[in-house]
Amino acid sequence: MSATYWSWETFVDAFPIILEGLKITLGLTIASYLLAMVAGFIWLILESTPVKPFNFIVYWIKEFIRSTPPIVQIFFLYFAWPMVPYIGTSFTPFVAAMLALGIHFSTYISEVYRSGIESVDKGQWEASTALNFSTRDKWSKIVLPQALPPTIPMLGNYLIILFKEVPLAATIGVVGILSIARSYGAQTWSYIEPLTIVAILFLLLSYPSALLIRRLENKMNRRFDKKPKKVKVAE
Amino acid sequence: MFDTGVNILTYLSQGAWTTISIFLTATFFSFVMAFIAGLSRLAKNPLIRGFTTVYVEIFRGTSLIVQLFWLYYAVPMLFNIDLGSNWWVGVVAIALNYGAYMSEVVRSSILSIDKGQTEASIALNLSRFQRMRHIILPQALRLMLPEFGNYSIQILKGTALVSLIGLTDILYYGDIYRSSNLSEGPLAYLMVLVMYFIIALPLIWLSKQGEKMSRRGVAS
Repeated sequence: MSATYWSWETFVDAFPIILEGLKITLGLTIASYLLAMVAGFIWLILESTPVKPFNFIVYWIKEFIRSTPPIVQIFFLYFAWPMVPYIGTSFTPFVAAMLALGIHFSTYISEVYRSGIESVDKGQWEASTALNFSTRDKWSKIVLPQALPPTIPMLGNYLIILFKEVPLAATIGVVGILSIARSYGAQTWSYIEPLTIVAILFLLLSYPSALLIRRLENKMNRRFDKKPKKVKVAE
Repeated sequence: MFDTGVNILTYLSQGAWTTISIFLTATFFSFVMAFIAGLSRLAKNPLIRGFTTVYVEIFRGTSLIVQLFWLYYAVPMLFNIDLGSNWWVGVVAIALNYGAYMSEVVRSSILSIDKGQTEASIALNLSRFQRMRHIILPQALRLMLPEFGNYSIQILKGTALVSLIGLTDILYYGDIYRSSNLSEGPLAYLMVLVMYFIIALPLIWLSKQGEKMSRRGVAS
């Protein structure tokens, strides 16, 4: 491979083409994130049933999903799921990627929910029980108002992390920015500019949001006068 | 079905060494990067600090898969640098990516050590280097352990991407198996997942241990 040099012409030519994929990339991010938020809640409920062996199984299923590569999970849903007898149906690439990423990230999001609930002081539960609050009032007036705010920065972090995982969907043909950049490179044999554009687009979107989240985090820490909480960080 | 499962596992194990060797090397280098970058961001020299900040933010702000492709397709063309082999491209991409993430762990753990410790060591006339080596780092290291454990699992997951640049890892063999036995596709990918999970199990255990160790005997 001989050295090729940077060409602004190619850059200008490729930019609008790649930008078209941004809608799909963002759409997939939001769709999988919403799924992860809902599914995260389901994990939380499944894990807090009073049946011990059931909780144990749910815990290990979650650990399994969490510690295996999301790209394999995407392949599984896209290539292999249609072959599963009786229940298998084929998905479009977009839906397969959405399901895989949504489920993968739900395992992290449920931890965020849990840490939020655990951050509420035990005395608050006891006091609200002592004051004879109904279960509904206890949750809606005492626990959730305190549990939700600290989770917002963490949820924001996971949104950014998920956004950076979405280009994995290019491998099954979701036409986001990365797959457009790759096909542009394959057609013109110039990979440098399109791939750099993708990197720039990611930076442009994720860096300002990361700064925003960091500021939010500091604000929350000050408000609750707590040390920064550490959660498992997904990639 | 059980027999097929075992068969697939044996077939996949051909790729295990690629996955494991990339994982181990990349983990080692990302730890190295994490310490270099983490300490450089706390350096006095604004040039070193600025340069490291740019590195960390770029690699944290873009995706591993984009960086991998960039290193694989663009860098050799652009700078005429040959990283030698795909194996090294994979290792370098993963190490730079996770090194950037983990450098934040290093930095924040060092910053979270009580100011009084620094002041006391200055009062005791320790040099900057001695202070780091004997006072701050031993305490900060313990705080880093659980996060390092978590990131090692992330690195393992990241290694699955190297099959996209033509390396013959577990996922690569899984794909080959599936394309020649289409009806066994679900089982093939399930076994790929199982294989990654088996490799991850000791890491899960280690990060739990790390959590315990970092909690033990911390004065706060």
